[in-house]
Amino acid sequence: MKLTKITVSTLAILAASATVSMARDNIQVAGSSTVLPYATIVAEAFGENFDFPTPVVEGGGSGAGRAKMCEGVGENTIDIANSSSRISQKDIDTCAANGVTEIMEVRFGYDGIVFASDVAGPDFALTPADVYGALAAKVAKDGALVDNTAAQWAEVNASLPAQDILALVPGTKHGTREVFDTKVIVAGCKETGAYDLILPTAEGKDDKEKAKAAETACMELRTDGRAVDIDGDYTETLARLDADKNAVGVFGLSFYQNNTDKLKVATMSGVVPSTESIASGEYPVSRPLYFYVKKAHIGVIPGLQEYIDFFVSDDMAGPDGPLAAYGLVSDPELAATQAMVAAGTPMGPLE
Amino acid sequence: MSTASTNPNDVPRKAESLLVPSALMRRRNAAEARFKAYGIAAIVISLATLAIMLFTIFSDGISAFSQATLRFPVTMDAATLDPKGNRDPADLAKVTTIGYKKVLEKALIAELTQRNVDVQGVSAKDIGSFISGDAPARLREMVLADPSLIGQTIDFSAFATGRIDGYFKGRVTMETAKLDSNISPEQLQLADRMKAAGILDVRFNPKFFTNPDASDTRPESAGLGVAIIGTLYMMALVVVLSLPLGVAAAIYLEEFAPQNRFTDLIEVNISNLAAVPSIVFGILGLAIFINFGGLPQSSSLVGALVLTLMALPTIIIATRASLRAVPPSIRTAALGVGASKVQMVFHHVLPLAMPGILTGTILSLATSLGETGPLLLIGMEAFVVNYPAGPLSGGVMDPATALPVQVYAWAARSDPAFIERASGAIIVLLAFLLVMNIVAIILRRRFERRW
Repeated sequence: MKLTKITVSTLAILAASATVSMARDNIQVAGSSTVLPYATIVAEAFGENFDFPTPVVEGGGSGAGRAKMCEGVGENTIDIANSSSRISQKDIDTCAANGVTEIMEVRFGYDGIVFASDVAGPDFALTPADVYGALAAKVAKDGALVDNTAAQWAEVNASLPAQDILALVPGTKHGTREVFDTKVIVAGCKETGAYDLILPTAEGKDDKEKAKAAETACMELRTDGRAVDIDGDYTETLARLDADKNAVGVFGLSFYQNNTDKLKVATMSGVVPSTESIASGEYPVSRPLYFYVKKAHIGVIPGLQEYIDFFVSDDMAGPDGPLAAYGLVSDPELAATQAMVAAGTPMGPLE
Repeated sequence: MSTASTNPNDVPRKAESLLVPSALMRRRNAAEARFKAYGIAAIVISLATLAIMLFTIFSDGISAFSQATLRFPVTMDAATLDPKGNRDPADLAKVTTIGYKKVLEKALIAELTQRNVDVQGVSAKDIGSFISGDAPARLREMVLADPSLIGQTIDFSAFATGRIDGYFKGRVTMETAKLDSNISPEQLQLADRMKAAGILDVRFNPKFFTNPDASDTRPESAGLGVAIIGTLYMMALVVVLSLPLGVAAAIYLEEFAPQNRFTDLIEVNISNLAAVPSIVFGILGLAIFINFGGLPQSSSLVGALVLTLMALPTIIIATRASLRAVPPSIRTAALGVGASKVQMVFHHVLPLAMPGILTGTILSLATSLGETGPLLLIGMEAFVVNYPAGPLSGGVMDPATALPVQVYAWAARSDPAFIERASGAIIVLLAFLLVMNIVAIILRRRFERRW
C-alpha cells in the first residue's frame, strides 16, 4: 500500500515539475521517412539563417507522425507531421477528439517512384501491364484467370530482356507501396484485362464496393519468391540488388539520383523518370508530399510560422532550390501554397 | 602388441602393458582429442567471425576520421555581405547562406587562377559544388560574431563535398563518376590538380567527433557531437539513478528481507524483468514518461529513465550474487563483536562485495550503451543539430541522440557517404565499450578477493 502511494506521488511530482519547468523553444517534426531528408535539409538551412534553434526532425513513418500530431495540443506534442500520403478522415476525427481542430495541409512537392536495376545489367522499358504480368498472383491468359508462372521478363513481354523475374517491392507498411499498388499494379491489372475477369467474382453490396474488392484482389502479388517485400529502407533494397544482380528494385527518385553510379533506371510507358517528366505529369508513378501543421501551435512555438514559410519558399521548394536538387519534384502550384501558408488557412473537410 | 605377456602364470586374463594403450583407452583418448578439436574449432570460428566483422567495420569506417579539406584565402566582399554598408548586425543577418556561398565560390575560383590550376572547362557552378554546404553557414556565423571581418581577406578551410572526399578514399572512381549524376570525371581530375597545387588535402578530421548531424546533402560535415553528448548524459544519469536503487534493493532482499512467498515472488519477477526485450521498456517509457509524465520527447532524461529500468534488474542480480559470495563467517564475526545488522552490512559485507557490484554495474551499463530499440520509440532517433545545454542548465531536457541510434539513422540515408560515417560511429561506440569493459576487468583484478 505504502509503496503504491510513494510511486504514485513520485510520478505526480515528476509530472508536475516537468510541466512547470518546460518551455519548448524548438520546433518538433515527425513523420514520413520519405519526407525526412527534405525536412532535414530545410531544418538545417532554417537553423543557419534564422535566429531560431534548428527544428528537431524525426522519422517513424507517415501514419505514426500523424497519430503523434493528433495526440493533442501542448508543448509536449509535436508541431508538424510529415506525410507521404494524404491525411485520412480517421486521423482528422482523432485529432478533433483530442482538441486539434485546425490543421493546415501543406503540399510542397511530388515524389517520383522509379524501377531500377543493376547499372551493368540490361535496359528495362516497362509498362504497368508488364509489371502486373510479372508480379501479380493471377494473370489473364486466353480470357481466363490463371496462376502466374512467368519465370523470365521475356515471357511477359518479348521486348524485355530474358532475365529471371525478381522484384524488390516496398513492404506493405511503406507509403511507397500504396503508390506502387494503385499506379502500377491496378493500372496494369486493368490494362491486361485481368480486372474485368476479377470483377464478376468480387463480393460487395454495391458496384462501388465490388470495384474496390476487385482492385484489392488485383494487388495480390505472387508468393513464389519472385516478388519480395522489403520492409526496410531503400538502402536495404540496394543491398539486396547488389547481392542479386538479376533483381529489379523500387526506389524513390531522390534515392536513385544519389546512386546513379550503381543503378540503372527503367522507363515507364516509354517515359524516363526525372523531376521534369514527373512535374509535367508524363511519368505516371508519383505522389504528392505533405506536411500538416497544428495551427494552435503557431504563435506559441517560436519560429513555427517562419519555418513553414521558409519551407515552401522558392529558395527551398522552388524548382531551382536545394530540395529539387536532391530529387523533389517541385509543385507547379507552389505560389498558391505559399499564399495559403502565409494566410494560415486551415484545411477544409476531405472531399 | 597387447598380447605380449609379462606373467606366464596368469593364463585366463590377457596380460596388458601399462605402456601400451588398450582399445578402451584408445577410444577414451580419441573422444578427448575430438572434444578438444571441437572446442578449438568453436573458438576459431567465433574469432574468425569477430575478425571479419572488425575488418569490415574498420575498412569501411576508418576513413570517416579523415576528410578532404579545401584551404584558400577568402576576401569578404563588402558589397555582397553588407549591401547597406552600415555593419548593423540586423542588416548583416539578412544576407543568407546563399550570399556567403557566392563569396566562397568566387574566392575558390580566384585562388585557382592565382595558383595557375587549369580548370579545363569545369564550370564555375561545378567548381562551387566542391565546397561543402556547411562552409557558408560557418562563414556567416564568423561574420555575424565579428562584423569587422568584412572587407578583410582571411584564410578559410572548408570541407570538400562527399563525392570529392570519396574519390580520395577510393569510394568514388573515374568509372563510377561517369555514371554518377552528382559528379563528373572532369571534376575529379580538377580535384587531383587542386591537391597537387596544395589547395586540397586529406587530413585528420576532429570535427567528426564534435560536429552535429547534417542533412543528406552534406554527409561530409556530419559528426557525432550531439550523439556523444547525449550518450554521456544518459550514461551518467543511468549510473546516478540505477546504482543506488539497485544496490539498495539487492541489500534489502539479500540481507534483511524475510524469506516468504512475497519475497520469492519479487525475486522471480526481477529475474524475469532482466530477460524482457528492451523494446518493451521503450513502449513503457513512451507511455509513462512522455505521455503520462509529460517529459520532453527526444530528451536524454527520458532515454536515461528507460535505460535505468532496463539496467536495474541486471544490477540487482549482480549485486545479490556478489553479496552472497561474501562468506557468512564475516557476517557472524561482525555480529559476534556487537555490530548491528546495518553496521555489519555497510562496514563489512558491502566493501567486500563492491568490486563485484561495480563490475556488474559497468557491464550492464555497457549493454544499455549499445541499446537502440527503446530509444527509437521515445524519439531519440531524430535529426538534432543544436547541442544540448550544459548539465546544470537543464541539458538533459534538451533533444539529443545517442551513438547507436546515430548509426541506425546514418545507415538508412541515401548518400553512400553516410555508410562510411555509420561505420566510423560504430568504431567510436566500440571504443566506448572497450574502455568500459577494461575498467570492469581492472576493478575485478585489483579488488576482488577469493575466499
